[in-house]
Amino acid sequence: MAAATVLERMTMATAEEIAAEEFSSVVAKHRPRIFRFLLASTRDMDLAETLTQECFLKAHRNWRSFRGESSVITWLMRIAINLQKDHWRNRRMQFWRQTQSNAVALDEASEWLPSGERSVEQQLLARERVGQVSKAVEGLSERQRTVFLLRYVEEAELSEIARATGLSEGTVKAHLSRAVARVRAELGGKR
Amino acid sequence: MIFKDKLEGHRSQPDELPAPAELNSELDEALDNFRLSIHAWSEAAFSRPRTVVAALAPRRVWRLAVGWALGCVLLVGGASAGLWEYQQWEMRSASARVAEQQRLVAQQRNQLARQAEQQRLDEDLLAKVDRDVSREVPSAMEPLAQLMAEGDTP
Repeated sequence: MAAATVLERMTMATAEEIAAEEFSSVVAKHRPRIFRFLLASTRDMDLAETLTQECFLKAHRNWRSFRGESSVITWLMRIAINLQKDHWRNRRMQFWRQTQSNAVALDEASEWLPSGERSVEQQLLARERVGQVSKAVEGLSERQRTVFLLRYVEEAELSEIARATGLSEGTVKAHLSRAVARVRAELGGKR
Repeated sequence: MIFKDKLEGHRSQPDELPAPAELNSELDEALDNFRLSIHAWSEAAFSRPRTVVAALAPRRVWRLAVGWALGCVLLVGGASAGLWEYQQWEMRSASARVAEQQRLVAQQRNQLARQAEQQRLDEDLLAKVDRDVSREVPSAMEPLAQLMAEGDTP
């Protein structure tokens, strides 16, 4: 009887250790992506970092309930999207000024474009185009922006975007189509 | 999820959408550059040095609060004790001053009384001396004194 209890405890402890190790590897693997998505969405490093931490905290709490119906990154993306939504919904007014001051200017964001083997003129032109895309993305609705960033920055498939956002694939396509049209118009208008 | 691991390379195209490859090359290139810039920015932001501020554990917060409370109590207690001690000292010195004054007054009174007594004694002595001196008759006047004494008798 006692031996069985000890064995059960040992088994539970081992299972917990395995789960903790698994989660640590998940954090190490996916944290940069979640941070990147949140950074692109919010354009605020501090906010992106805070939301990333919240995302993994929430994921850790619910790690046992994760049943693998979708991939881990889809699950994490979904948490991140919801956190971002909640943040803007609940604290829009309180954090508006702070976020405005912390947010990076569009021109500054485009400065991160790798120069590669382009000429100076090409680099300037590319930066200008990136600035235009950023401006267009900024003007998108929250849902359109999320879908656009998942598609063109995170290179997710439509089905994955649908699962992460909780939208149907048709809705995702519609949002993506409008977002691309807007970006195209921005690029076309600034020629 | 089939998020691509590689940052570079073409994106997979959904069938129903106007896929990036079907868009004009300028848009395609702009989107590529946008993605690269976001990736580079994110990598730089992710690897930037951070200052970590450790959150205070609730127990430590309690300990800190208790420490502060004790400190305040000690400070107030010390100040009160000092004030009380000062008041006591003030009262003691005031009573000492009053006692000293009373002692001086009593001393003065005693001195005055002693002086008055001395004066009275001196006066009594002088009066006695006067009386004694007035009763003594010089020897030259003795016969006359006897005559007066005899004349007085009937």
